Amino acid sequence: MATTVIPFGPQHPVLPEPVHLTLKVEDEIVKEAIPALGYVHRGLEKLAEIRDYHQMIQVCERVCGICSMIHAVCYSQAIEELMEVEVPKRAEMLRVIWSELHRTHSHLLWLGLFADAFGFESLFMQFWKVRERIMDINEATTGSRVIVSVNVIGGVRADLSPEQIRWILGEIDIVEKEVRALQDTIMNDYTVKARTVGVGVLSKENAYLLGAAGPTLRGSGVAQDMRMLGYGGYSELDFEPVVETSGDCWARSTVRFRETLQSIDLVRQAIAKLPEGELAAKVKGNPPEGEVYMRVEQPRGECVYYIKGNGTKHLDRLRIRTPTFANIPPLLAMLPGCELADVPVIVLAIDPCISCTER
Amino acid sequence: MLFTPTVIKNLLKKPATRLYPFTVREPFPNYRGELYIDIDACIFCGTCARKCPSQCIEVDKEQGLWSCDPHACVYCGICRDTCPTKCLHMKDVHRKPMTERIMMVEKGEPPKPKKKAAEAAPKAEAEPKADDADKGESKKADAKKK
Ligand code: SF4
Ligand code: SF4
Repeated sequence: MATTVIPFGPQHPVLPEPVHLTLKVEDEIVKEAIPALGYVHRGLEKLAEIRDYHQMIQVCERVCGICSMIHAVCYSQAIEELMEVEVPKRAEMLRVIWSELHRTHSHLLWLGLFADAFGFESLFMQFWKVRERIMDINEATTGSRVIVSVNVIGGVRADLSPEQIRWILGEIDIVEKEVRALQDTIMNDYTVKARTVGVGVLSKENAYLLGAAGPTLRGSGVAQDMRMLGYGGYSELDFEPVVETSGDCWARSTVRFRETLQSIDLVRQAIAKLPEGELAAKVKGNPPEGEVYMRVEQPRGECVYYIKGNGTKHLDRLRIRTPTFANIPPLLAMLPGCELADVPVIVLAIDPCISCTER
Repeated sequence: MLFTPTVIKNLLKKPATRLYPFTVREPFPNYRGELYIDIDACIFCGTCARKCPSQCIEVDKEQGLWSCDPHACVYCGICRDTCPTKCLHMKDVHRKPMTERIMMVEKGEPPKPKKKAAEAAPKAEAEPKADDADKGESKKADAKKK
């Protein structure tokens, strides 16, 4: 049969960010997908040479438009390890609270976009309506909805007052209730299942071999979550990686849905264990010569920062590997064999964050 | 079918959105909005210019000029937090959209020279740092050219 080449992206209604796939199709069935990246490269890593290591926090926050907090935490933790700074316990827990709020709103955003990808517009609006409460919490406690800018090397620069904590607990109770009300729809509705069950299957072996990360990996049955390393305040919290075994789009969306509820629970645990004390340790001098490799769990998966200090206030090298970068090879393995109409759903199922990937 | 209860609930509730711009939400008090300076309290120490991650502030001690490019500002609030005299503030609403590029330039009284002489030591310390900031600027310009 003759092969037709269909370009997918860089501009496509389901894609919030530009990625291009060249799809080779035979009669509506995708045979091969070839990706092209590089539409939003910003050269953020290079900025480490002209901005000092404190100012780089604000740069790292802007690597991703959704999980600014976790990028900043990863970067700060790497510098703190290099400079041997002890972060106060309260700061560690506050970082967990904001990180988990970010994970919640990132997953809710994705669940909405995913519903949008298979054409369930009203479900999309419901998820985004719920998400707004989390954005309000971010705005009221840190001063900004997305780019929260609360990290400094050595701790955080914002605090939660007892009234704010009470308000947050009330808000996340409502969020949990509203999210649970949508559980049946996203997991069991037959229109949703028709578009997600058995679509874009990634086997456990392939997921591991191709280096998938985050919910894509856990949706295929591999229980790997970087938070289990116990960095920051996570060592004191009680949780298990969320795992589904079917490896299809349904499994990935279920993992994210359950992680949303898990994150809400982690916010509660972190608030319950929030110790009194300092917000930030004093940091003096410049990062010494040396290298640090830091891994954290982002909403999309494992995020890696490599930092090389040279004794000055600038860094020799900052290398960021984001989860979407790791999830592109698995995506290319999922696409062959699927219907052309399922391509948007499969692409969205890895939660692509392209500006993250290209930095 | 499983979505029906949500649909019915939504039908009976009032709208979830506001009629913006006719109804505007109350801003949160801590919001990092438009940056402004109380120039009379500024001592032109240049701390804000050195700390700013986007390098959008310039301080001219001799002439008593403080300028900021609001289009490059990322509203992180670091200048506000590090200013020794607390003369930088942020409004709780964002800046209104503009039709042309502007530069915020404020002119104040530069510190008196005789006071400078008395504080010779801190001044000597402040100057090389200001040079650093300049270097950062020129490097940035170089990078842009490349
Ligand atoms: S840090 Fe404050 S006092 Fe110093 S130059 Fe900036 S605005 Fe003026
Ligand atoms: S708010 Fe941040 S980016 Fe804006 S002028 Fe102040 S330090 Fe610079």
